[in-house]
Formats: sequence, structure tokens, C-alpha cells
Amino acid sequence: MKALLKRDLMLAFRAGGGFGLGLAFFLIVTVLVPFGVGPNSDLLSRIAPGILWLGALLACLLSLDRLLALDWEDGTLDLLATSPLPLEAGLSIKALAHWISTGLPLVLAAPVLGILLNLPTPGYGWLVLSLLLGTPALSVIGTFGAALTVGVKRGGLLMSLLVLPLYVPTLIFGAEAARRGATGMDATTPLLMLAGITAGVIAIMPFASAAALRVNLR
Amino acid sequence: MSVSDHTPKRPSGFWSYANPVKFLGFSQRILPTLWVLSAICLVVGLIWGFFFTPDDFRQGSTVKIIYLHVPSALMAINAWFMMLVASLIWLIRRHHVSALAAKAAAPVGVVMTLIALFTGAVWGEPMWGTWWAWDPRLTSFLILFLFYLGYIALWSAIEDPDTAADLTSVLCLVGSVFAVLSRYAVNFWNQGLHQGASLSLDKEENVADVFYFPLLVCIAGFVLLFFALVLYRTGTEIRLRRTRALQAREVRA
Repeated sequence: MKALLKRDLMLAFRAGGGFGLGLAFFLIVTVLVPFGVGPNSDLLSRIAPGILWLGALLACLLSLDRLLALDWEDGTLDLLATSPLPLEAGLSIKALAHWISTGLPLVLAAPVLGILLNLPTPGYGWLVLSLLLGTPALSVIGTFGAALTVGVKRGGLLMSLLVLPLYVPTLIFGAEAARRGATGMDATTPLLMLAGITAGVIAIMPFASAAALRVNLR
Repeated sequence: MSVSDHTPKRPSGFWSYANPVKFLGFSQRILPTLWVLSAICLVVGLIWGFFFTPDDFRQGSTVKIIYLHVPSALMAINAWFMMLVASLIWLIRRHHVSALAAKAAAPVGVVMTLIALFTGAVWGEPMWGTWWAWDPRLTSFLILFLFYLGYIALWSAIEDPDTAADLTSVLCLVGSVFAVLSRYAVNFWNQGLHQGASLSLDKEENVADVFYFPLLVCIAGFVLLFFALVLYRTGTEIRLRRTRALQAREVRA
């Protein structure tokens, strides 16, 4: 398991992978928003938590394409499926690697981008906390989407269509927690909901992902 | 279609309809009745509702769109539920008819969702002064619509029918869980404009009797129409698969 995690991480960081790309995409989205809605700083600080959450979500989605597709092409997935490690565990590790290489950098970058969007000062902690709790769910759900569409040629667009509706609850609670935190309201309830979703998803989704991947490998 | 029935005893009861031939025979026999019954219910219900019920004292004549809005919304949810059950049957018992029925129900469900969304917008414009509001019910329906789109897209993206059936079934299971989750998440997110349920088992909440009975007839009509469409489309899917199998055999010969 450790070896798999190490391998996936090395591939992500070294082989010109999604690591830098996701961050750059997050930056670009954040920079484009003021061009779209205007430079009014009151407006920007009001929508900042939502925009940052949405940007992180899209950046996460963007890198899902590479999560399984390359391993599918060179046959690594077949090896993974026939190895003594249960496929569920293998996929959880891959989701973890995806989170460390994509989700975690997004969490760390979010406060910096918050400055660009004039995020209110009390919002920073809540934003980071909500992203920290929510992005693992994005990776795990995304792994399921990737497992479903791995056999489809050019399945990236299809995967977005399948995965984005599944992201709705996570996005709602994550952005709500960040927004409440930024406006000084109590954000505990949405945070707990978010943590609940993440925990539930981590517990259950690997089974669905493994089932889908087994069908595709058949 | 795999004919791997090596058990000598004939399946009986409900499961025997998992045999495509038997299913086709049965559905052919009851389809005409279903079409006629649903047409009668719809015509009677809609005419009764549109022309022989009084206008509501607050909402005026716009209330009459309820005869399309409520039944279609009801069927949009139930169609997904039926797909969920059919997917489970496919995953557990591997009956091809079940998977094909789920496939056949999806486009019907998506149209029902669209009708509900559209009639809701038409109703909402005079009542709330807006075509669309980010109200929990409206939003959940939009999300349901997206789930339907994803489901249909996944079916059409995969060539091998058994793989497609497996993957869409898994998607349907996961999607159902997330659809329910989204429903409650959306509730938390925004309290809305939508009026309470028009129908429920609790009699107090129901609409007044004048509207209630034609509404029931309309709902019966929509249910029958749904069954007729799904049976008809499932038959088409079975025939399509047969054609494919025959063509494949010819190519091999």
C-alpha cells in the first residue's frame, strides 16, 4: 500500500502531472471572476467563499481524468486488480494520492487567492478548515467517476456530467460553512455536515468505485 | 442474450417474466389495454380539471396547471425509483429484461422531470413573479434532471450492453443515495417559496376535494401512461438486442 501511494505521488509530482496544473487552474479561475463580475470589492468579498470553493472543486475535477486513465492504458490497473491488495484499498490509496497531490495544495493556496477576492478576515480559517474537510470527499467521489468512465474513449466530458451532480452536497455544505464563517455567523453545523459527508463517502464509495472498475476490467 | 437456463424446473410466478419471450408476450397482450386506459384517464381527468372545476379564490385559473404539474413531478421521482429497483434486480439476479426496463424508463423519467420543471415555471411566473427561484424543491428537481442526463449519457457511451447495464446500475445506486443527500442539503441551503405538498396521506394537507378527485384521475392517467411507455420501450430494447445478436451471428457465419 505504501509503495502504491509512493508511486502515485512520485508520478503526480515528477511526471509533469496534475500537481501544478490544478493549482494554476485554480489561480486562473479566481483571477477571471473579477473580470466577469466587476472589480467591486464589496461584491467580491461577499461571493469570495463560494467562488473559492467552486474553483477548488473545478480544479479537482480537472485532474480526475488522469487519475485512472494512464494506469488503464499501460495495464497497471490490471496488475492492481490481480494483486493481493483488495481493489477497494487500492482505489482508496489512489484517491488519497490524488488528494495529497491536488486537494491539499488547493487548501494551502486558497487563503492566498482569498486576498485576491477580498475575503473578509474572519473567513480565512473557516475557508481552510472547510476545504480541508471537504476536498477528500471530492477526491473519493471523483475516483468513482473515473472508475465508471475509464473504459470510455475520451470520457472526460462524460465524467464531468456524472461527477458534478454528486458534488452537490459537498459543495453546499462546504461553501455554506465558509460563507457563514466569513460573515461571522456560526459555521459549526455545516462543518459537521460536511465532515459527516466526507466520512460517509470515504467509508462507502471505494466499494462502488471498485465494483465499477471490476466491470470495466472484465 | 444468454440462454443459460440449465435448471429443468420452469421458473414460475413473477420471476418468470424475466424471460424475454414471456415478457414480450405478456406486455404485447396488456399494452393495448394500458394505452386505452391511460388515454381515458388523461382525457377525463384533464377535461374535468380544466373545464369543470372552479377557479381557486387566490390563484385564479392558474391553479389548473396542477393537473399536469403534480402528476408529472410524482412520476419523475417514481421513475427514478423504478430504475433503482430494476438496477438492483439486474445486479443481484442478472435478468436482462430488468436492465433494459431501467434503460427504457430513463428517457420517460427525464421528460416527466422536464414537464414538471416547465409547468412549474409557467405556474410560478404569475404566482411568485419569477420563472425560477432557487427553492429547495425546484433545485432538487434540477439536480434530479442532471442525474437523469448523466445516466442516459453513460448508457449511450458504452458499447457492450452488459458492461453498460452494470455500470449504469452502479451509477443509479450511488446516484440515488446522492439524490436523497442533495435533497436534504438543498433544504438546509435555502428555505423556499414552494407551497406545501398538495397531496399526502395526511388528509389535512390535501387540496380541496373539488381539485382532489380530478387530480387523482390525472395521476392515474400518468401512472398508466408511464407503465405503457416503459413496457413499450422495453419491448423495443429487447428487439434491438435480438437484432444485434442476429447480426453478430451473420457476421460470424
